[in-house]
Amino acid sequence: MPQEPVDVLIIGAGASGAAMAWSLAETKMHIVCLEQGALMNPLTYPSTGRDWEARSTSDFATNPNVRGLVTDYPINEDDSPIKVANFNGVGGGTVLYAGHFPRFHPSDFRVKSLDGVADDWPIDYNQLAPYYAENEKMTGVAGMNGDPAYPSDNAPRLPPLPLGESGKVLAKGFNALGYHWWPSDTAIITEDYDGRAGCINLGACGAGCAQGAKGSADVTYWPHAQRAGVELRTRCRVREITVGPDGMATGARYVTGDGVEKEIKAHVVVVACNGIGTPRLLLNSKSPQHPDGLANSSGLVGKNLMFHPYAWIQGMFEEQTDGFAGPHKLMRSQEFYETDQSRGYVRGYTLEIQRGMPPVRTAHTGLRHKRIPWGEGHHDAFRRMFNHCTGMVAVCEDLPEEHNCVTIDPVLKDSDGIPAPKISYTLSENSKRMLQHGVDRATEILQAGGATDVYSEWPIPYGGWHLMGTARMGTDPSRSVVSEWGRAHDCKNLFIIDGSIFVTSAGVNPTNTIQALALYVADQMKQRLANATLFD
Amino acid sequence: MTRETPPEGHLLNETEWHTLRALADVIVPPSEKYGVPGAGDEAIAKTIVKDANYGDKLARLIAALDTLNAMSQGVHGAEFALLREDQREAVAFTFREEQPAAATLAEQLVTQCYYRDDRVVASLGMELRPPMPEGYQVEQGDWSLLEQVQKRQPFHRPAG
Repeated sequence: MPQEPVDVLIIGAGASGAAMAWSLAETKMHIVCLEQGALMNPLTYPSTGRDWEARSTSDFATNPNVRGLVTDYPINEDDSPIKVANFNGVGGGTVLYAGHFPRFHPSDFRVKSLDGVADDWPIDYNQLAPYYAENEKMTGVAGMNGDPAYPSDNAPRLPPLPLGESGKVLAKGFNALGYHWWPSDTAIITEDYDGRAGCINLGACGAGCAQGAKGSADVTYWPHAQRAGVELRTRCRVREITVGPDGMATGARYVTGDGVEKEIKAHVVVVACNGIGTPRLLLNSKSPQHPDGLANSSGLVGKNLMFHPYAWIQGMFEEQTDGFAGPHKLMRSQEFYETDQSRGYVRGYTLEIQRGMPPVRTAHTGLRHKRIPWGEGHHDAFRRMFNHCTGMVAVCEDLPEEHNCVTIDPVLKDSDGIPAPKISYTLSENSKRMLQHGVDRATEILQAGGATDVYSEWPIPYGGWHLMGTARMGTDPSRSVVSEWGRAHDCKNLFIIDGSIFVTSAGVNPTNTIQALALYVADQMKQRLANATLFD
Repeated sequence: MTRETPPEGHLLNETEWHTLRALADVIVPPSEKYGVPGAGDEAIAKTIVKDANYGDKLARLIAALDTLNAMSQGVHGAEFALLREDQREAVAFTFREEQPAAATLAEQLVTQCYYRDDRVVASLGMELRPPMPEGYQVEQGDWSLLEQVQKRQPFHRPAG
């Protein structure tokens, strides 16, 4: 096999890049993936050491500016009340995610038609449904069939995560008010699955799962993709995507971990760098053929940045809760998911239950919310709170607004001298009303469950986990960056497959949808390869 | 508090070291009731300095300690660590009020080290081990609580 040009170059080995690599591997094409970070070693994850909580404020912090690893790139976040959470390494953000793995609802693809806001997606739930199922099979999802908030999917699920003591008090609260709740669909295997060992309740899901029970892409898709022949090159940071005189992508220039500049030629380039990294790369890939950045004739690369604004609400209980043990997520409520105009906002949110807190986090939370004082009274207050708290977050749908955007910072650069992104983001009035509604309802639920004290905050400042919308899909090249099957309107051998291509954000965690979309785009590519129409 | 010099190779100078220990003891004082040291305990304070040595945290911690000392000098004409306990508390509480970012950094560093000290962890009834590899037990809980929701009719919204 000739080394170059390779058939497919995938940039980014996170959730979407991993799924794409695995799916395309069956074609036996020469596929190379470049990843700026390293292959993770679970033996070094924080939960293997006594300082496991502290490392969430240093090398396993969710914010790249705090983490500051050589594999990270800085982000100017001065103009955003919500800071970015990501991870750069094989598996990407899934290394640190909590594993919440819901599907979008059918209505989430039809926001314009149903509620007159934003835009409809060019695809629908039914088109994605088989790819959701395939993704859930590859990942291993715990949960329970029969949720009345969703259409029936008959998907095979592993037994749900334990309700525990936290679930008991919260379920009582939801039930007392007649509100919906259901065991979460979670990418955490509750029994051995696909060569991986089941969850043992380490309680440190957000800092990498040393057990391998959490379905991060490095332990789900990548072992299969590599065995099928995909070449994964780590510590390779792409500087720009190169183009030929015809404007087609020809490959990429990248920098290795030891600072060597290299170039790779490819017939097809797939960008999978997340909602911040993807527009950064496209905007850094200017050429005479694409003077405003690659695939940016619409001017929409980097625009319509969506997070999910989060509200956090916690209660203190007389009863003992689960404290630090067990996965963070156990149940969800979608009582307030769909639009009800009487609430004063459009669209809605999911209430995601959070089990409890380990000691350091208890202290930090108690101090921040003035439940634990300095000095006299510290110890009594700490012990009242420790193992006696549980609560939830409201994951609010964020609507696309062009002024919320990713641009290239004129000064800031990463350690390889590549210009860094800047985000500009403002919470909409709709989001603010939705967040407050979430706080009010969650407070009622916690009180109904027996909470003696409730405290909250919104938005969660370091809660920019979900990065979406900055290279949206659509059928109109003047209003979107990629087509309904993920190909750039401006560049017929360039594909984008991460959260950037979301048209709207829904009110649930996006990873299942990101990966389902990647599998869907991969299938579209394979079909068009088969009938030689990929570049038509 | 004794005025021994900072440990060899220490990242703080003598004044900063004593200020840190005094402030840590204000934030989390020793407790006879629970049989635990204050956060100004030498071993805990060393861990605080070690944890602070990441990114720009050490520089920000030193700046916070300098600010605290300047406030102490301004009010009492003496280093923070040399004040009486009631004076230290008053200055520290003013510092927390007027310098919230610096105070938050200090309290986060102090508590992330305090609440992993063996003596403190044992007093909380926790085992002295990391989560991996043994993990923990979590009760399944009462799944009968779900029956009320299972009786509910599907309510997802049609896509139109």
